[in-house]
Parts: sequence; structure tokens; C-alpha cells
Amino acid sequence: MDWTEDKMTFGDGNVLLRRAGSGAPLLILHEELGDLGPLRWQAELAGSRTVLHPYHPGFAKAPRVEWIASVRDLAGYYAGWLRNRSLAPIDVVGVSFGGWIAAEMMAADPALFRRVVLVSPLGIRPQPGEIFDLFQVKTPQYIAQSVASPASTEEYAGLVANAEAPEQFEAWEDAKAEVARLAWEPYMFNTSLPSLLGLSSMPMTLIVGGRQDGIVPVSALETYARAIGGAELLVYERCGHRPEIELRDRFVQDVKKFLA
Amino acid sequence: MKIFWFTERAYHDEDPVKLRELEDEVISSQSFWGTPNSRFDPKVGAKLLNQYLDEKIYTDEHLQEFDGVMLNEHHGNPFCLGAVMDVEAAILARTTKRLKIALIGNPIPVSGNPLRLAEELAMIDLISGGRLIPGWIRGAGCEQLSNNANPAFNREYFEEGHDLILQAWTRPGPFRFEGKHFHYRHVNPWVKPLQQPHPLIVTPGLVSPETAVWCAKRRYPYIALATFLEPTTQLWEIYAKAAAAEGYQAGPENFGYLQPIFVSRDQKYAEEMGKRFLYGGSFAHFARPEWMFPPGYNSKEATRRLAQAMANPNYPGKTLVTDKNDIEKARENIYANYEQNRSALQMIAGTPEHVIPRLKTVLNVLRTGIFTFWLDGPVPHEDRLECLRLLNSEVIPELRQHARKLGIVDPFEMAPGSRPLPAGGSYEAVSNKEAIVTY
Repeated sequence: MDWTEDKMTFGDGNVLLRRAGSGAPLLILHEELGDLGPLRWQAELAGSRTVLHPYHPGFAKAPRVEWIASVRDLAGYYAGWLRNRSLAPIDVVGVSFGGWIAAEMMAADPALFRRVVLVSPLGIRPQPGEIFDLFQVKTPQYIAQSVASPASTEEYAGLVANAEAPEQFEAWEDAKAEVARLAWEPYMFNTSLPSLLGLSSMPMTLIVGGRQDGIVPVSALETYARAIGGAELLVYERCGHRPEIELRDRFVQDVKKFLA
Repeated sequence: MKIFWFTERAYHDEDPVKLRELEDEVISSQSFWGTPNSRFDPKVGAKLLNQYLDEKIYTDEHLQEFDGVMLNEHHGNPFCLGAVMDVEAAILARTTKRLKIALIGNPIPVSGNPLRLAEELAMIDLISGGRLIPGWIRGAGCEQLSNNANPAFNREYFEEGHDLILQAWTRPGPFRFEGKHFHYRHVNPWVKPLQQPHPLIVTPGLVSPETAVWCAKRRYPYIALATFLEPTTQLWEIYAKAAAAEGYQAGPENFGYLQPIFVSRDQKYAEEMGKRFLYGGSFAHFARPEWMFPPGYNSKEATRRLAQAMANPNYPGKTLVTDKNDIEKARENIYANYEQNRSALQMIAGTPEHVIPRLKTVLNVLRTGIFTFWLDGPVPHEDRLECLRLLNSEVIPELRQHARKLGIVDPFEMAPGSRPLPAGGSYEAVSNKEAIVTY
């Protein structure tokens, strides 16, 4: 799959992104560590869709937008971009931190999306449980924590292969610093999000997670499912925080079916 | 020259087994920060905190050569029991009569409420009769974690908090302060410092060029925390250059230095006690890199430097102990550096006759108006007192005489920033690298 780097003029600057495939556009919102590179699940979805994968401002590959001070601000930024480029309503897959952004976007304006896939989304306080603290561990430790079985996850090695390289260290630090700016306190959740999601009729939503998620306890996903009327919750057994690479075939199949 | 002494107020059990166990834990986890506080015995803590205060009161009453004491604070670790130094400073403000009380320094971002800090410090200055020397720091990375202070805004909190404190002290109230992070719609503290318009402010650091320039612009003396002599001289020159850009010549009144020391009548015993400065690997193992540099704490440039450093297989933050059985080996490695430290004067330990020429060397090189003796590690109270007595009676008089010969003045004799630039506008050197001696 060939990915093309692209930029779209927006606001005072550009939305930087990579894109691939053809067909109806599909938005992917990346996770808290930034863009971990084109992974196979993305390529497989690009087989039938035009995948638009923006780089969040301030996450290593795109410059910071100073006024963005919260995940809700970032959601507002992307919402403005979708409207500005006449991309709404669009299908979206939000992964972890990207799932939180997508949820904030639809809470503010359900008309932005046609279908929504939230993959192990951050953004809601788990009860019971706690969200694993990204800011107290080295990044490779966080990645290890995010996968139930590194040995049987084909793409895991690729995620940490360059962990010792200065460029990789710096890119992760940039992404984490931006996450700190946006989500330091409360840590990785927004107390009003479940109530906001419950105020309006939401787009059709699929929530996917793993029973052995070491980052976000399943209880948070269950709260999401209760808050979003009609949402479907799939919790994979023997799977951690990254169903998209841990159980890729099943994940791609479920997402394709849902988006069809 | 003004002479102070300082200690981190280490937690240490008199029971050698418990002391050893704690050190083992620090070495194996490569971090003081994060050591579970289940190891803290309140009875030991109470005794030590009082001893550390008593030593300062004793200094005030009996050791007239000392002009002051310095305090700092750290959070969540056993090498520094001073978790809230303003509490100790307040006690000393009332229980001592003459010592200057220097704070190196208050971690503005960590404190979270700069207006309260302004009030606390004003009260300490008032109660002490104008003996406070406040200082500011950003706080170590791990302390942002201890206090949930967002590291990504650390420098902004620092700058903005500092500006608010200065305004609270000097600007007639009530006024409104609405910054990016701190918002007060009614600033009108009814306590202001006795020293007007505000006390002399110092700033400590570990040779960060950004901090030196920041100090030079504000005419704050910069106090180097026992850094190696050569990089310290380089930093002095960075400060002097920034001072010249501000239109003044930097001098000894702009600089301070903390010198690790241990003095005893018995050379061997002094060396043994001095070695304890390396307790737990000393500050190299204050915390692991991921805790010392949480996301956003460093500038982009500093993160780049760190990225390069961490790619180096010899980076000190790399795992020191891979196996519990390696603790002894790691301990040997740490203490094996002791002689090297002594050669580079990172620790001066010995009899008065031994330490005096070495201290003169440090003064020859750094020419500081503020000189601070740093005693640290798990050293018994009586040995510490004896060290202070020997410094007072035999070492400091010689050092003062030497400082006079060198023309060293302190910030109370000459206001930092008041020295005119030489004709022509270029500045004079403020240190003497050529005087470095390796012993």
C-alpha cells in the first residue's frame, strides 16, 4: 500500500496527513504516542476506502497549534477542518487517544460522522480501575503494557524496533509532551463526556477493546457503551489495548462489516 | 564573602542493617524518588528533623564565622527530609538571631500557588528581621510527578509565578493578575518583606545556560550546586556575557558555589565520612531518567540532547543492576568513583590542613561572593557538629583572608549588577580556569 504525505490548508496553517486507497473517505485518528507508522490494519481498510490519517498538531510530525489546550479544543479543531473541507459526515476510526478525540467531536456535533469506531478509547474514567500512567514509564514499557501477548503479536516488534534511536525517542517525547499539555489532569479523561454523549442521538458506534487491556480497563468501554445510545461493544478475549494489531484479521473484518 | 552551610537532611536509620537495606533499594531501583515510604519510621524522622534544626541553631549561637544557612526542599524521597522548607525557615526565623536564611530554592511550579508562596516568604522575612534570601527553582522532574504539576508547563509556571511573587511584594495592591496559568482577581497581601523593595534573590542550578542567562538579566546571583569546576567556569562566562548585554560587569557578587566537604581531626575518618556523600549513588540516582525528565519538562533542545545521550550505551541512566545479586557490584562501582571525585574536588574531605589549600583552589577558580559548605549523607549528628566547629575555628578564617586577597566581595557589599562595564564595553573574565588543580 502506497501512502502519500499530504497537507490541507486550514486555520492559520495546514492539517498534515498521510493518505492511501480509494473510495469513500475514512478518517483515522491516531493514538497518544503519535503516528506509529502505517500498520497493516490501516492498509487493509485502505483497500476499499480512502484513508485520511492526519497527524495531530504538536505530535512530532505536525507543528503545535498554541491555542489548543485540551482534547475538547483539539476535537473542535478537527471538527472545523471536516466542515471546512466538506468532509462531514465521514466515517471515523479513533484509536485510544484518537478515540477520545472522536468521542468529543461527536458529543459536540453528532452530524460530523456517519459511523464511528472507537478502539480502546481513552476519555472516560474507568470505574472500577485506573488508566495506566503513560507519564511515569519509559515509552517501550508503555507499549509492552499495551499488548496482551507481545510474542504472538506480529507487528509488536516493529513498534519498539527503533526504541533506542534518538529520532524515535524524540518523536515519542514530543507526542507525550503534547498529551501532557492536553490531558495531564484529570489524567486521560473528561468527567463531562459521558453526560454529553447521552444528551443527543449519536451516530452508529462500534466500540472495540480487549479483555486484557493493560491501559484502559474494560469498565471505561462499558461506560462508553452505556453513554452512547445503541452503541455496539466488542470485547475480544486474549487481547490487550491494541486489538487492531493483536487480533488484526478479526478486527478488520468487524470494522469493515460495521462500516459497510 | 558570605559563608553558609547546607545539607539535604538525609533520612538515615542508626540501625546499620536498615540503612543498608534502604541503600540497596535505592541502588537496585536507581532512584531515591519512588522508594516506598513504608520504610519511613516517624520516630527516626522526628529525631532527625530536630537534629538538623538544632545544628542550625547551634551555628547561630556558637559558630560566628558562618553568615548563614541554606535550605532546599525535595519531595517523595529519603535523601531529603525537608519536604516543605518554608516550615523549617519559619522555625529558624524565630529561633535564630543572626544567620541569614537562604532558600535554594522554592520550586514555584510545584508549589502551585505563587501568591501563598509570596506570603509565606514575606512572613519569614518579617519574623526573621530581614534575614531571608529567597531563591527559585523549577523543581526536579520527579517532583512534578509528586505534586501533579504538569511538566509541559513547568517553565511557564516558573516564569509566571516568579513575576506574580515579585509583583505581590512590590506593587501596591489590590491589583488584578490574570496570566496564562495563574489567575487572581484580588492581589493584596497584608504581609510584605521587611527588606525593601524585596530581599536579595538567588537562583541555584546545575550549569544550565538558560538559567544563567535568566539570572543575569535579572541581576540574581547564580549558585552552582557542586558542579565540576571547568563547566562551572564556562557557565560563569555565559552569565558575564549576558550581564554585559544588560550593561553591567558581573563580579563575585553575582556567583555562589556549594562545596561538598567533610572535616575531622582524623584524616582517615574524614575521608570515611566524606564518602557517605555518595550514599545510594548520590544524586546520579536521585531518579531514573523517565522520572527526572517527564514529558515536556525539558526544552526541545534539551530533549534532543537527552535523546543523543540515551542512545549512548554508557549513559548513566542505563540499568545499573540487572540482577539483585549485582547490587554489591553496583555499590562497588559507585564508591570506586570516590577517589576520582576527591581529585576533582567534588568532595574535599580531611583535616583542616588538608582542606584549606583545596578550598583556596576552588576560590581561585570560581571567585564567588557566596560560598557554601555542603555536608551530606548518613553522617552522625556529633560528627557533623565537629565538622562545623572545625570549619568555624580553623578553616573559614583562612578562607576569608584568602578571599580578601582575591578582592572577592559578596552581594551584600556590592549589589549584583551595580558594577560598571570596563571602558570600551567588553567584559572582564569572572573565573580563572587556569587555576584548576587536580589533586
